[in-house]
Amino acid sequence: MATTFTMKVFRGQPGRGDFRDYTVDVEEGMVVLDVIHRIQATQAPDLACRWNCKAGKCGSCSAEVNGAPRLMCMTRMETFAPGQPITVAPMRTFPLIRDLVTDVSYNYVKARQVPPLRLKPPDADGRYRMMQEDVDRAQEFHKCIECFLCQNVCHVIRDHEELKPAFSGPRFFIKIAGLDMHPLDTVDRSEFVRAQAGVGLCNITKCCTEVCPEHIHITDNGIIPMKERMADNYDPVVWLLRKFRGGRKEPA
Amino acid sequence: MAKTAYETHEHDVLVIGAGGAGLRAAIEAAAQGASVGLVCKSLLGKAHTVMAEGGIAAAMGNVWPEDNWQVHFRDTMRGGKMLNNWRMAQLHAQESPDRVLELERFGALFDRTKEGLISQRDFGGHRYARLAHVGDRTGLEMIRTLQYHAIHQGIDVYMECKVERLLKDGDRIAGAFGYWRNTGEFVLFKAKAIVLGTGGIGKAWKVTSNSWEYTGDGHSTALWAGADLIDMEFVQFHPTGMVWPPSVRGILVTESVRGDGGTLKNKDGERFMFNYIPEFFKGETADNEKEADAWYADKKNNRRTPDLLPRDEVARAINSEVKAGRGSPHGGVLLDICTRRPADYIRKRLPSMYHQFKELAGVDITREPMEVGPTCHYVMGGVRVDADSTQATVPGLFAAGEVAGGMHGSNRLGGNSLSDLLVFGRRAGLHAALYAKNFGGQLVADSAQVESIARAMLEPFDRSGGENPYAIQAELQETMQNLVGIIRNEREMRQALTVIESLKERAKKVRVDGGRVYNPGWHVALDLASLLTVAECTTLAALERKESRGGHTRDDHPYTDDTWGKVNVVLRLRNGTVQVSREPLPEMPAELTALFQERK
Repeated sequence: MATTFTMKVFRGQPGRGDFRDYTVDVEEGMVVLDVIHRIQATQAPDLACRWNCKAGKCGSCSAEVNGAPRLMCMTRMETFAPGQPITVAPMRTFPLIRDLVTDVSYNYVKARQVPPLRLKPPDADGRYRMMQEDVDRAQEFHKCIECFLCQNVCHVIRDHEELKPAFSGPRFFIKIAGLDMHPLDTVDRSEFVRAQAGVGLCNITKCCTEVCPEHIHITDNGIIPMKERMADNYDPVVWLLRKFRGGRKEPA
Repeated sequence: MAKTAYETHEHDVLVIGAGGAGLRAAIEAAAQGASVGLVCKSLLGKAHTVMAEGGIAAAMGNVWPEDNWQVHFRDTMRGGKMLNNWRMAQLHAQESPDRVLELERFGALFDRTKEGLISQRDFGGHRYARLAHVGDRTGLEMIRTLQYHAIHQGIDVYMECKVERLLKDGDRIAGAFGYWRNTGEFVLFKAKAIVLGTGGIGKAWKVTSNSWEYTGDGHSTALWAGADLIDMEFVQFHPTGMVWPPSVRGILVTESVRGDGGTLKNKDGERFMFNYIPEFFKGETADNEKEADAWYADKKNNRRTPDLLPRDEVARAINSEVKAGRGSPHGGVLLDICTRRPADYIRKRLPSMYHQFKELAGVDITREPMEVGPTCHYVMGGVRVDADSTQATVPGLFAAGEVAGGMHGSNRLGGNSLSDLLVFGRRAGLHAALYAKNFGGQLVADSAQVESIARAMLEPFDRSGGENPYAIQAELQETMQNLVGIIRNEREMRQALTVIESLKERAKKVRVDGGRVYNPGWHVALDLASLLTVAECTTLAALERKESRGGHTRDDHPYTDDTWGKVNVVLRLRNGTVQVSREPLPEMPAELTALFQERK
């Protein structure tokens, strides 16, 4: 049985736009992205939105549904009360291109700045050996689908244009954490983390963790240990101890 | 008429498509010193590779030391019902272990064995546990690793950019012309060599695991540029897609569910796959439940479970069960892992399946069986290439991954796709760069040709009263689903050709509303040309092949015929029409044929 919903979808271009109402029949099991596709096919063929996999794996269809940052493909219509209008808006933090599509190029600029992995030499037989328990920690961060919802809700990126040149955002904090926790990595990224990624600007409000569709513990497992390591680097006692024990990674 | 405005970029090698094959090709071409451009329809890192779940097939022997390239080669050829290009299958089996280890060096973190080596899992048609994997999100790990490696190699990336046509200078490739999706502005690429890594054609069917991108752009642009296509009749319907709720119908359920112990059942609870073991695989397949279940732990003394027969066999079996009235409530069959493996194991090994069913269907797969049915997944056919260099029949044009034909014969084994992308992606990048290095003379783009392409692209904006492009796309998908699906016959395919012909006429009259900035209606209208072309190619090739083999089953020619086992169906465009011919398969050398006589 179809239920009729009123969808208030943002339509517009940079500098102008408003919410327009579309009345759509919704069947059992449909997600918000299905409804957007139905609007495209029947009422507004030029309604712009990004999508690819429709299964929560590619992170393309990020939007704000009733104000909540969500993947449209993983938001079932059954979670909404019939009769209530549903608003669908683009991610607010990134510059608008059109309708639900935003310019996320900031993230691709930040991605290039992260100092890449440099592995230590392999074992004598040319193979690398790593234990499962040692890769588990980094594997959590590899689950990231780059939907950029964490970047979208980050207060620094959202409200502080002036800080963005020296701030990477949560997506790249866990990217860095994943590299640092790679059992074979040899690069010391601490100066990059401080000066260019700007982890010190994070206030640990955990907004990023709350919206992560992969349920990655961005703050607890990624950002906080990174802040602690940064504090250690400037602690003279820890610095001396490390100097005598050795084992520091090379600077990036 | 005013000259069309477009920007121009020039590269030694232009790679079209940024999935596994395109990224690996771009990395290799850059390593050879070529200037490389990489074009992709979506944002970087969103290509179809990201959805691959199970793993990368490579005979590394980490779990079963008995495994080696000869065994992998043999499995691949038998899975393809011996129609594979033997040399591609050989190179693939020989080189995939190195490509997996290289991916590890690029930063991929695979699941480990107890000894700390890359773990390998069981999959359909593979004699030994052979798939390097990361839970059930191997494709994500692979694309992210290649993506983050590639961005440090000096490659120019053109995101959300679509190539409409390849350009030629005389016989050879000279560039490509397309548009930016976000602005609608035109862009010309001059290139000495082009690598196609554009993926497949699944969006021509209604129930598919493929995304909007899979509109056969590489297949079509290659055909239009004069390249040969082979094996286009072979389309893989993955046996296990979701069937309920309707809006998720077709979304993939990884073969790893069966690789990790899941089994298929009909509504009576019967493990029906034991009733569908073909003669060809009898020798290596368990014929009773006890042996099948023991095989997971002891491969020496037991034969493989029929749940892990090659995909074409399993898809046909499910189709037959449903037709016989033994299907599940929503027209599929049941895939049960909850009664066979502990909940913790399921959540650890299959996290995205757990998540996907929980979120989209409200099903907890650690407590209930999944409902699954066939979904259009992969095209074995594609651009005809030289096995070693991946060069197409057009000089300067290379192809790797799903867009290339030959590697998988009539049916691809699971896990052989990701390895295919790495092995032939690297080869394509290498040989395209070498070709560009040896290229003499000037790159010339024919401006009259560019003008006419651009004009045709803008025509839909000027029409009044034309048709909605979404309606034509939906009609094509319905037609291919009903008339050129898993089971085919001459009458239905002739009917499909008639419909495709009429849709081609209607596609010439589509109307697009709105402007050129990020306009999906316009994008769908432009993709119709390639979608209709690949639909026609598949249907023509399927009509030609009067037998059943792999991903091509006909109820009017239900048997596999040895004379058809010696030929490829080849398609080429001559004077505006697609011509169909049969050409002999490359002949396998004696030392490789011997591998098939040693054991049954």
